Parts: sequence; structure tokens; C-alpha cells
Amino acid sequence: MESHADTASQPMIVMEAVEKSYGAFKALTNINLTVRQGERIVLCGPSGSGKSTLIRCINHLERYESGKIIVDGIHLGDDMRTVDAVRREVGMVFQSFNLFPHMTVLQNCILAPMRVRGIVRAEAEGIARALLDRVKILDQADKYPAQLSGGQQQRVAIARALCMQPRVMLFDEPTSALDPEMVKEVLDTMIGLAEDGMTMICVTHEMGFARQVADRVIFMARGEIVEQAPPEEFFRNPKNERTRAFLGEILHH
Amino acid sequence: MNYTMDFSVIADSMPQLLAGCAGTIGLALAGMVLAIAIGIGGVVLRDSPFAVVRWLVIAFVEAIRNTPFLVQIYFIFFALPLIGLKISPTPTAIIALGINGGAYAIEIIRGGVQSIPKGQVEAGLALGLHRGEVFRFIVLRPALRAIFPSLVSQFVLLTLTTSVASAVSAYELTSVAQRIESDTFRSFEVYGSVTVLYLAMSWLLMRGFAALSARAFAYPTK
Repeated sequence: MESHADTASQPMIVMEAVEKSYGAFKALTNINLTVRQGERIVLCGPSGSGKSTLIRCINHLERYESGKIIVDGIHLGDDMRTVDAVRREVGMVFQSFNLFPHMTVLQNCILAPMRVRGIVRAEAEGIARALLDRVKILDQADKYPAQLSGGQQQRVAIARALCMQPRVMLFDEPTSALDPEMVKEVLDTMIGLAEDGMTMICVTHEMGFARQVADRVIFMARGEIVEQAPPEEFFRNPKNERTRAFLGEILHH
Repeated sequence: MNYTMDFSVIADSMPQLLAGCAGTIGLALAGMVLAIAIGIGGVVLRDSPFAVVRWLVIAFVEAIRNTPFLVQIYFIFFALPLIGLKISPTPTAIIALGINGGAYAIEIIRGGVQSIPKGQVEAGLALGLHRGEVFRFIVLRPALRAIFPSLVSQFVLLTLTTSVASAVSAYELTSVAQRIESDTFRSFEVYGSVTVLYLAMSWLLMRGFAALSARAFAYPTK
């Protein structure tokens, strides 16, 4: 794609005045967000505040109604051509893992590279094995998802997304469905990814993770971006009343 | 009651009866293949973006499921030739069985597809697969696994329904039995044996589907 040749200064994601509603309910209101290449963003906010909807608009799992979204230079419209182009560049990890139960770990990882990118099996398997090794789960490559723990499944889901060699990774509450003892292994994997320079937007309530890797923390409420700041400032000196209330809720438990 | 049993008739006509069984199995298998194709195709079209297509599928399912099979097969065999579509007995039976089984299969498979969590589809789309690919590679197999027992009962029923094809003189077990019976008047022996043969075929079919299921749907779930 011609846009890749551009300088590193080109933003990876631009959202301009993005709006979305479900019937009478306004899910997103005037979202303006620019994400630099390599930037790590943590999105937080109460449930129903629109954080999931926001990232799901970026890969068009949700249609946005007005405004503009540009991903890696591609203006995302409703046509299959731009949707395809954007989805090739954007990986996503879900709260409920969403591994395909009838495929082994390895098969999960090679389906899209073979089908979407047209990579031959041997090469796709090579890429998949390297990435499964990176998330420390290569020894489970021939198992089925149901044979793995939640944490292992989520690491496979991360590897599966990475197999498409995306330029951006979206995480939608990746640790919320996990037992507490498995949260760390998934966060460690995400931290590793962040350290390698991946552009990431993470919807999460893991504030330790936000402190450690985020370049910017964004707080949303009622479909709007209420406040954003580098983590240090965000946690030490939240400006908005709703942000303070939210942080009070999640930090003092 | 002074009817004397004479099963030598059955022994003598065993070759014809077994050939009839082969005819029945052939009709049933061909009908199932057609029914599966109609079932899967119908499920895809049932969610077509075009309302007309969706309505046609619904109309087809309703029309077939609410009319007798005998009328359906007569329609194909006796009515269609009048508008220039003449089909011989065996293909008629296969088409009728496939259409009838297909209408039921659409509803059964659709139930399976609807049981697949939305997240599976979203994961496929997020990976860049198109809707058709998501259906084919991600949704279809778990969906079929979910409804396989219902599909098997439907297919056993389809197999037994092949006997109705004797009405258009398709070659299968019941029509063979009718011929032997009218030659020998040994009704009890003939239909008694045929009953046993149908039971055996149903049993074989269920064993076959169980083996198929063990291969195709062996992956573990929680």
C-alpha cells in the first residue's frame, strides 16, 4: 500500500468528529483522536461509555455514521474495498478470546494469512510458529482451544492476530474474562508487544498496565472523550470530576 | 386362521430384495446430498441482503413443509411433463426427496448457525475474512455439529420416505416387495421381511452417521 512509504510522522489512526448511535442512544459523540505510529493508548471508562464501540469502529465491526476515520492513510468507508484494506492492517483481541473451536491452535493462526494474504501453508505455519513461540505457547500448537486455559487461549488469540502482521493492534478488555492468576501472563505478552513498538489501543481497567506502558490514557464517559493525559499526570492529577470519580471506584478496591 | 407360513418365497427372491435395498440406499444417499446442498444454500440465501431472496426461501420452506410428500412427488412426475419437463422415475424420486429433505434441513441448519456466538463471526471479520469465508470456514462446522443429531433423524426419515417413491415406480425396496407380493400372494412373509430390511438399513445409516460424526466433529469442547 502506497501509504506505507510515508514518513513515520504520518499518524496511524485519525478519527475526526466520529458519531454513532444505536437508535435513540448516542454511543459516540464527536470523537476526535489521533494516534501516532508506535503510540500505546489505554482507553478506560465506565461500562457503556463507548470505549468498545470506539475501537470497533476502527476496524468497521461497527459502522460509524458521520465524521471520518483514517487508518494508515486509508479513509475507512462503508465499501468492501476500504474495509478490507483497513482490516488487513488492524488486529483485534477480544474479551472472550473467540478462538475457533474446531481448529487447532496452529490452524487458528494460519487461516487468515492463507486466505486473506494468500500466503502458502508452509510459510504461514513458519510465521505462526514463530509468533506462538513469542507468546510462549508453541508447545500447544497442535491442541484445540478447549484444551487450553483462558490465559493460554488469549495468548493464542494475540498470536493469531499478529500472524496477519498488522500495523495496529486493538485490545477489547483482553483480561476481563480471565481468572486473576492468568491476567499477568496476558499483560506480560501485551507489554512485550508494546516494547517492540506496536501501535496499540487497549480498552482495559488494568491501571498497572496503563502506568507501565501507555503513552496516553484516555477516559471516556457517555460516548465522549472526557479527558486524556500521559499516565503519570492522568493518575496523579485527574482534572475532570467524572475521571476522579471513576479512578476512585477502580483504584480503591 | 389357516394361513401357513412359507418363507421359501423370501429365500427365492432374496437377490431381488437385496437389489431393492441397494436401490433404496442409492435414492436415500442421493436425496441426502441434494438435501444438504439445499439446506446449506438455503441458510445462506435466507440471510441474503435482498428481501426478495429471503422471502423466496421462506416461501419454499413453508410450501414444502406444509404439503404431503406424495403430492410433491406426483407434482414432479405427473404435472411437470405437461409444461415440458419430463423426468424419469428415479431422478424424480431423488429430486423430490432432496427438495423435501432440503426444506427441513434449512430450518435445522439455520438453528445451528444461530447457535454460534457472534464473537466467532467478528473474530473472522476482524482477521479480514469476508462473510462467505467466515460462514464456510468458521461457522459451518460447529453449526453442523450442534444440530447433527436432528439432521440424522431427518435423514433416517428421508430414507424411510423413499418407499413413497414406489408410487412413481422408482426402483427401490418397497416397489420390489410389491411385485413379489403380487406374484406370490405371500403378503406376511414379504412385508415382514421388508420391515426387517428397513430396520437394518436405518440402523446401518445411524452407525454410518455416528462414524462420520466421530471423524468430523471430534474436536473437544467444554
